[in-house]
Amino acid sequence: MTLLLEQVLNGLQYGAMLFMLAAGLTLIFGIMGVVNLTHGSFYMVGAYCAAFAIAHTGSFLAAIVAALVGACAYGLLIEVTVVRRLYQRDHLYQVLATFGLILFTNEAVSLIFGRRPPLVDTPAILSGAVTLAPGFQYPVMRLAFIAIGALVAIGLWYLVNKTRVGMLVRAGADDREMVSAMGVDIGRLYTIVFGLGALLCGLAGVMAAPLLAVEIGMGERVLITTFVVIVIGGVGSVRGALAGALLVGMVDSLGRAYLPTLLEKVLSPEIAAPLAAGLASASIYLLMAIVLIVKPMGLFPARA
Amino acid sequence: MAMTLSTRRTWIGLVGLFLLALVPTGAEASGTPYLVNLATRFLIYGLAAVSLDLVIGYGAMVSFGHAMFFATGGYVVAIIAHHVAEAGPLFGWEGSMQALVVWPIALACCALLGALVGYLALRTRGVQFIMITLAFGQLVYIVLMSLQVYGADDGLLMNERNQLPGVNLDNPNQFYYVCLAILAIWTWICAHVVSSRFGMVLQALRQSERRAINLGAAPTPYRLTAFILSAIGTGMAGVLWANYAGLVTPDMAAWSKSGELMAIVILGGVGTLLGPIGGAAVFLGLEQTLSAWTEHWMLVMGPILVLVVLAGRNGLFGRWLGGDHGR
Repeated sequence: MTLLLEQVLNGLQYGAMLFMLAAGLTLIFGIMGVVNLTHGSFYMVGAYCAAFAIAHTGSFLAAIVAALVGACAYGLLIEVTVVRRLYQRDHLYQVLATFGLILFTNEAVSLIFGRRPPLVDTPAILSGAVTLAPGFQYPVMRLAFIAIGALVAIGLWYLVNKTRVGMLVRAGADDREMVSAMGVDIGRLYTIVFGLGALLCGLAGVMAAPLLAVEIGMGERVLITTFVVIVIGGVGSVRGALAGALLVGMVDSLGRAYLPTLLEKVLSPEIAAPLAAGLASASIYLLMAIVLIVKPMGLFPARA
Repeated sequence: MAMTLSTRRTWIGLVGLFLLALVPTGAEASGTPYLVNLATRFLIYGLAAVSLDLVIGYGAMVSFGHAMFFATGGYVVAIIAHHVAEAGPLFGWEGSMQALVVWPIALACCALLGALVGYLALRTRGVQFIMITLAFGQLVYIVLMSLQVYGADDGLLMNERNQLPGVNLDNPNQFYYVCLAILAIWTWICAHVVSSRFGMVLQALRQSERRAINLGAAPTPYRLTAFILSAIGTGMAGVLWANYAGLVTPDMAAWSKSGELMAIVILGGVGTLLGPIGGAAVFLGLEQTLSAWTEHWMLVMGPILVLVVLAGRNGLFGRWLGGDHGR
């Protein structure tokens, strides 16, 4: 029972991280029509900035600021120099240009911060564990991650549904030309949304830094999972990103916990162990395949 | 005197073939026999790029997971060779080193994988298609990484090359000519496919799906067939690569390999078939030169790819080959 509770919480935490990345990516695609592979790089830049700040100041608050500023600034730089020129281009070219940017970012980050993966300790205020049930403790850091994920979800809901910028974002997703014709500076709107997406990546980066390895290539791994989330949820839909992120988080964490024991019941341990590990990694892709067979446009398509 | 586009392409193709056929002689004459090995790599990547161009340039299917077929082709021949050499029978079959037996098996596996992935991925269009092919590529990568019996992340050695009657594949020059012949024949086949009725429908679907459907063409069978054809060609490149390198690794299926193949196609000119072969030479040549110059060569390569995109839509050779696809 406690194992189940722990895995559900782990799934929520992973889902919260995926949501922070997927929400920005899906908005960027939804309103600008850009396939942005550099999204994972912003997450990596955020994590490295956080590690750098914490190594020099020792303060987690400084790390948060550094990650948000670093990721957002890099995102805006990329938008202004490259992505802005790709809005009217075919997806194929967007993919290649942002692929080139990934190669560049990975090499630049390893030049600036060094090849050795930096270690980030959990800040004192978030370290330790709390007792959630008799005999069941859970790390505070992961709980904080879940809480921040929930805050981001609420904040985005408010932003998209209740503010003027959100209204323009929704309108832009529906009909770009019309919004532009109504006198809205669409270029500025794009820059804002792109910066916001990069900011969320920075947030995910700093929160993930104490939990995961900060290293070159961390961005691409999570990027591909984020794509799976978006495809499952429906491209362009923030609601879909939330549903997809939670679903993928749960399937991944429960799969890793229960597949080995399940398979050992039917197979010999030597075969079951590697098979279970492989199946657990593959489970989210299988999930995606199943969703696509039932609903090719994802669970919550942005446009009917 | 004006030449039609297709005769110009035929001439460029023939001249290119003639020049490529001279490479071993030229390399020997200039005292740089290792150039043949480098050129062999161009040809193998060119084969994969031509196949990818078939789906990207003519079918408007932007596959970001094509490396999975490259890896599958390579792994099938390497696994069979592994069973022949040391691991014993595979499903009760002794295995074989005969190219004429093993290569068709590898291509059949790629076709099967292509049919499965294509069937699922073609339920979607546009950006979803890109992401789904990427995810399936990653799935194949994970499977290869977890294949403990076949070396997992270390990969699998293929100590001996396959045998082809009348040819000695261990001889670099003869291996080069085999690769060149396969590339030439495959490009010729692809050129005929795209100018056939089948290819016309495929391109009509690319230009306007709605119009083509209203003219009576069902999209999925055409696209799926092109996707499977492309999977076979890319798989053949993988087969040749396994023989060339003597080693297959999960990296053959990595997403960055798919990105490289896509970069080669765009560099050479999308929808030109011949352009991507030139693109392979330029891309690998650049990689070779830059990595010899500095360890941080990606710092230069990345921006070059960005500039190629920003510079236009024709790639390096598209202007001469008449490719004009997408925006």
